Amino acid sequence: MKVTIDGIEIDVPKGTTILQAARMIGPEVAPPAMCYYTKLKTSGGYCRTCIVKVTQGSTANPNPMPKPVASCRTEVMDGMVVQNFTSPEILEARKGVVEFLLINHPLDCPVCDQAGECKLQDLGYENGSVKTRYEFKRREYDMIDIGDKIKLHMTRCILCYRCVKVCEQITDGRVHGAIHRGDAAEISTYIDKAINNDFSGNVIDVCPVGALTDKTFRFKSRVWFTKPVDAHRKCDKCCGKTRVWLKGDEVLRVTARKDQWDEVHEFICNDCRYDHKKTSDWVIEGPSHISRNSVISQNHYEHLNELKLQALKQQKALGFMNIDKRP
Amino acid sequence: MGKKLLIHNDKVPGINTLEVYRAHGGYASVEKALKTMTPDQVTDEVKKSGLRGRGGAGFPTGLKWSFLAKPEGVERYLVCNADESEPGTFKDRYLMEKIPHALIEGMITSSYALGAKSSYIYIRGEYFYVARIVENAIKEAYAAGWLGKNILGSNFSHDCYVQVGGGAYICGEETALLESLEGKRGNPRIKPPFPAVAGLWGCPTVVNNVETIAAVVPIVNGGGEEYAKIGIGKSTGTKLISASGHINKPGVYEIELGITVEDFIYSEEYCGGIRNGKKMKAVVAGGSSVPILPTELILKTAKGEPRLMTYESLSDGGFQTGTMLGSGGFIVMDEDTSIVKNLFTFARFYHHESCGQCSPCREGTGWMEKILKKFLNGTASESDVELLWDIQSKIEGKTICPLGEAAAWPVAAAIRHFKHEFLEIAKSKKFVDISHYDRLNKKVVA
Repeated sequence: MKVTIDGIEIDVPKGTTILQAARMIGPEVAPPAMCYYTKLKTSGGYCRTCIVKVTQGSTANPNPMPKPVASCRTEVMDGMVVQNFTSPEILEARKGVVEFLLINHPLDCPVCDQAGECKLQDLGYENGSVKTRYEFKRREYDMIDIGDKIKLHMTRCILCYRCVKVCEQITDGRVHGAIHRGDAAEISTYIDKAINNDFSGNVIDVCPVGALTDKTFRFKSRVWFTKPVDAHRKCDKCCGKTRVWLKGDEVLRVTARKDQWDEVHEFICNDCRYDHKKTSDWVIEGPSHISRNSVISQNHYEHLNELKLQALKQQKALGFMNIDKRP
Repeated sequence: MGKKLLIHNDKVPGINTLEVYRAHGGYASVEKALKTMTPDQVTDEVKKSGLRGRGGAGFPTGLKWSFLAKPEGVERYLVCNADESEPGTFKDRYLMEKIPHALIEGMITSSYALGAKSSYIYIRGEYFYVARIVENAIKEAYAAGWLGKNILGSNFSHDCYVQVGGGAYICGEETALLESLEGKRGNPRIKPPFPAVAGLWGCPTVVNNVETIAAVVPIVNGGGEEYAKIGIGKSTGTKLISASGHINKPGVYEIELGITVEDFIYSEEYCGGIRNGKKMKAVVAGGSSVPILPTELILKTAKGEPRLMTYESLSDGGFQTGTMLGSGGFIVMDEDTSIVKNLFTFARFYHHESCGQCSPCREGTGWMEKILKKFLNGTASESDVELLWDIQSKIEGKTICPLGEAAAWPVAAAIRHFKHEFLEIAKSKKFVDISHYDRLNKKVVA
């Protein structure tokens, strides 16, 4: 099936969603997604940040779709033409969505453990306003402990429902879900019940914001001062392939490996995540690939040479003198 | 007097019992359909009748029925949407309360057409006593053999169940209704797939409004073509209108589609004019979510033609100068009404009823309510009108289900037609007493 997104055509198999097709083309056309998660069935459609404009439904039915559609839940049709970044309407609408997501967010990034790897920070940076137009009291909740390892800070939650899907699909027993409705809706466990399950820690990895954090890592370090390395160990519960975040020789935290779209390659078990915090527990494969644009790459050595070369090039282009020859 | 097809017998004593209902020609459509017609013939009659969904969207019912997927060996369901929660709409309650058998008769005939072995009537939680009435009627129908195995000796068997909702407006949205019916949290599903393909428990399902299903009875009895003779153009048949507000005779009226709005408001047969000799200021023609129109635009279209009670005439001029027939919740406001205060009531309702699934509706409805409250507190400024307009435009069309639109449209229309009122309040900083709302809120919390 042929689909054109922002003027770039691509051939995709039947059943592909617009978002997946856009990701196949690359980040230059891929809409941001806060709630969609490839590995979780029925995820997506809630946050509305990935909305796009379909200017031609298909070759057979060339009419445009009347409303913006959620690209993560809309399958492509042959001959579909989609506008994402090329549609001013969509950019304006997305700005609106981001504003909605932020009006009740505490913006406590300076004390949030997710800062630096937070999707809402990125989204706000790309699509947000400089100033808030919301002048009312922001929503607040008490923090809850979901078991002894996970902290739920509902005040930061954007209700993407990813953690709910993890609990439905990866862990057994349904004790985690949404209660109340409207802007009072909150993620909760069934009457403060802990999720006792080998894979419960994955809710931390899928959370796009700082609502679900690893209690063993809380306030240990800013993420950009840690070095992520890919490591593995023999594990009979999961694949054992993880990302280990180091500070010096200390293992500060263990997470699943994530891809370009910030989605995990494979979910990992709680044993690997919480109980192996020594460097000797792990076979270290080497530095993890971190996007150049990520704040974490600031402290990362993988790109160091590349950066140096770039800096030199820029200096030359600007006609800077060699440092040694300065008067 | 206009022709009545649905509630012509509503004043007959005991019409809620099977005996009296049958004596007045009840269940004739079941007899006719089962004995003389094939299911496809029934669907054809409904198609010919031009009947359009009476729940609000006005989608042609026959067409909806023909979209129902019919894979071999898979159950099909008919679900009746009796979760009538749109503020200003109370016609379904009247129908179910007075003539419950009309709904059940329609359910059986429609199910026969669709090949559904079971059907469900989803009644809103606040209508608990109505659910009792309908359940009693179903019991009577079972005892008399109208429901159950081999109805009238044919090989058509049917079971009809009543399910009472928890009292959430969102469960009137068809996919949220299905979720709720399945015992889950009433959140709207993301479409496609549409219920006609994968509805209740993943099976093909038709969801119809109470009035739509009840209208199948006169269509089968009198024939689709006969039904289509009533009304104008694509607005055929009769429609129940719930008239409320500052009129002399509020109540449920059955009108022939095509009478003028002026006639409906001022004639003695229907609303009987504005009460206390006041002048009319505005009308919300189809339930709280449709755009409000000032007097000059509700009585006459922008082109100067008299506005008629039809789907087309009411929406003439788009949202710039028109509105919608919607669910037929006809709210009339006199000259003393504060549009801003009224809008606050609506915004408060939509904020309270948002399900919280998608961001624009979850966050936007609350924001709009808070800004409108500022107007009533006397703390709003003129720029708040612009902000309100911007917020509604960012909700409309960006949500999973139509609740976003339902919340945005009234705000947009009020600003479009009554901007001066907002600006006046913002300028005068007049305080409007809304303490009774706070008292109400406290009651809910306690």
